[in-house]
Amino acid sequence: MNVVEMKGITKRFPGIVANDNIHLTVKEGEIHALLGENGAGKSTLMNVLFGLYQPDEGEIRIKGNKVEITGPNMANELGIGMVHQHFMLVDPFTVTENIILGEEPTKNGLIDKAKAEEEVRSISERYGLRVDPKAKIRDISVGMQQRVEILKTLYRGADILIFDEPTAVLSPQEIDELIQIMRNLVKEGKTIIFITHKLKEIMRICNAVTIIRRGKYVDRVEVNETDENQLASMMVGREVSFAVDKEEAKPDRTVLSIKDLHVLNSRKMEAVKGLDLDVRAGEIVGIAGVDGNGQTELLEAITGLRKVQSGSIQLNEQEISNLKPRSVTKKGVGHIPEDRHRRGLVLDFSVSENMVLQTYYQPPFSKVFNMNYKNVDQYAQKLVQEFDVRTPDIYTPSRALSGGNQQKAIIAREVDRDPDLLIAAQPTRGLDVGAIEFIHKRLIEQRDKGKAVLLMSLELEEVLKLSDRIAVIYEGTIVGWVDPANTSEEEVGLLMAGRKPGMEVKQ
Amino acid sequence: METMQRRLRESPVITSVVSVLLGMLVGAIMMIAAGYNPIQAYQALFMSAFLMPYDIGETIRTISPLILTGLAVGLAFRTGLFNIGVEGQFIIGQLAAVIVALKMDLPPVLHAVVAVLAGALGGALWAFLPGLLKATRGVHEVITTIMMNFIALYLANTLVRNWLSQGADSTETIPESASLRWDLLSQAFGNSRIHFGIFIALATALFMYYLLWKTTLGFELRAVGLNPHASEYAGMSVKRNLIMSMMISGLFAGLGGASELLGTSGYLAIHGSHTGIGFDGIAVALLGANSPLGIVFAAVLFGVLTYGGPVMQFEANVPTEVIRVVFAAIIFFVAANVVRWMMSKFGNKAVKKSD
Repeated sequence: MNVVEMKGITKRFPGIVANDNIHLTVKEGEIHALLGENGAGKSTLMNVLFGLYQPDEGEIRIKGNKVEITGPNMANELGIGMVHQHFMLVDPFTVTENIILGEEPTKNGLIDKAKAEEEVRSISERYGLRVDPKAKIRDISVGMQQRVEILKTLYRGADILIFDEPTAVLSPQEIDELIQIMRNLVKEGKTIIFITHKLKEIMRICNAVTIIRRGKYVDRVEVNETDENQLASMMVGREVSFAVDKEEAKPDRTVLSIKDLHVLNSRKMEAVKGLDLDVRAGEIVGIAGVDGNGQTELLEAITGLRKVQSGSIQLNEQEISNLKPRSVTKKGVGHIPEDRHRRGLVLDFSVSENMVLQTYYQPPFSKVFNMNYKNVDQYAQKLVQEFDVRTPDIYTPSRALSGGNQQKAIIAREVDRDPDLLIAAQPTRGLDVGAIEFIHKRLIEQRDKGKAVLLMSLELEEVLKLSDRIAVIYEGTIVGWVDPANTSEEEVGLLMAGRKPGMEVKQ
Repeated sequence: METMQRRLRESPVITSVVSVLLGMLVGAIMMIAAGYNPIQAYQALFMSAFLMPYDIGETIRTISPLILTGLAVGLAFRTGLFNIGVEGQFIIGQLAAVIVALKMDLPPVLHAVVAVLAGALGGALWAFLPGLLKATRGVHEVITTIMMNFIALYLANTLVRNWLSQGADSTETIPESASLRWDLLSQAFGNSRIHFGIFIALATALFMYYLLWKTTLGFELRAVGLNPHASEYAGMSVKRNLIMSMMISGLFAGLGGASELLGTSGYLAIHGSHTGIGFDGIAVALLGANSPLGIVFAAVLFGVLTYGGPVMQFEANVPTEVIRVVFAAIIFFVAANVVRWMMSKFGNKAVKKSD
């Protein structure tokens, strides 16, 4: 039976057609992938299904009945639940409190906590969603938080679950666990719509996939009748190469040298504990690790955004620890930050203004006190063309650009300053295949130009593909170096989990 | 065409204009409910400000300090700061100006210039402390500036009674040499109290535009206001910019206080409570969408309403408090962005009809 049928859905916004005659058919008990690049219209379509948007045209059938979904409450009544990419949780509340929020069981007008906890426990056991009902959200891991989001929908009786890019924030192990959970859910009779642009995951767990491209419907295919390459070309609209073409690295002198580094995190706990690392000119060093093992603090310490407690950071044999960010930049460090919205861009600034975020005070962009916006604009125009940043014009606020183009703008800015060391943190997070390809090429290009590149990514695959050497970080130290040519995801995965190479895996 | 529509929908100008009309509508409904004739009242209100040269002069005088306090609030807003302390900085501006005017003996013109600069400096220094506390200790500026308002008020009162006068309720009138009035200008406007303050205000508006959109400091101030994390990443000193922004904001407020004292009143009296000009600046900045030109227009409107209020009471018998209700309603409509909400409703209907 078809649980969800969306026919000819069209949704227009001022100036764009976000969904143009899109069809989606999901059968009962299947895991159905909704595949498309960023900005293809996946979220819009799901927001229509969840009742957040009203379609301009088209019809929706849920379990065979024609419906008009006027809001999320109505979607809940129809059994549709959404697991958002950005969790909607109240941090100081407990797991149980978050799950029952809005639908609290009561006894004599008071919340019946015992009953609520019991209910949460029984649902979590039934679907294999291990959580502590009494733990506070801020104390549990991202993977746990996601389980709470899933439990929220189940508690409300959802049997059609929409997962919005659920793996984007998870470590490889957590992804495995999530996949197991999804399988359990289907076994218990649930239907899952899985929004993603990761082809591997689709091949691994989905039954069928609907592809949309630039707001238009492309096709619906069964997973066992397709492969990754075919899906990729349907998604992007052209052939894409997965393999990264790169020559053997020709490493030269040491550019970055870190010795016995100690750094605190925001909660004043030691996050980097005696870390040693070196990066040479002409090579890409990848840092592999599960999120929260000190990567962020390490990169912030190098770039001057976080205080170094002890140890040394040398760039071209000059000490740069505890220098101000501007001085570090001037010494020749480029930084593609982990969070492009928080750090990388002033979103309400124009593309042009963002291109000179670090250099605005230098000639030719300024003269004494005054800005020279004519030169700024000329420079921005040049970069936008060179790096293929798709924007209506350079005066458009960066907020209006797609994620991929925002990232291209940042890379243009950082690369064009010609730094000796380029730090790339999660450079392709949330980007689609086309943009990832572009960014990977640029990073390798920098390496080949003799720059030292330090890559930090939570995507193990990306680290393996791009790096010439891999440093595995675990609890604030480098626990091992591996050669990407002679290793496997499994070996690195074990190191990431804190196991020494050659150690027997004990149960 | 579609981009035109979108621009219009997002334009603060439309929001402000429609909010003003809605606010006046609320005022009119109140007047009808209380048995007054709103048409007669509004006629009296607006005509009064423009009929005679004297009235025009007095209206401009009312507008000048509102522009300056509005700019002060607007500049801080641009940097992500809510400076509620404009009132206190305004008072310190008055105090510093009156001290220079009474205690120093300087030739004409120079005396006035020094007094104005003292006022500006006083305002800037008064705003420095909240800025410093915010930057170094993370103390919220709303709390500190409110407190600084009271300190400013009672400091001024104490100094007026115990130092600037012999136990009187106000200082002596400032000497002619420090005055911002100019006879020729007064005479041109029917001997009203119009003074140089309006030129100071307009020049400050130009300066704010130049500062924010033409200088490197302005680039930093705007960046820090919009995204302090990205600014830090880009190597700007967020702390320094916070303090700078507060001080420039205080400087504008201080200019307002100094020019009001040296031009309008000519002496500083003991006040039981705040003057309200600083707080009106918040409304002006909000209505003017924190842009220098918008603030000038918003100040003109508020000035006209403020000056026209008593005339309305005299001619149409409507209590002048109605004007404050209109103010409040306008601010309500701007702050709640009722116009955007109405347009989205109206816009949707229009689309459906065309289908």
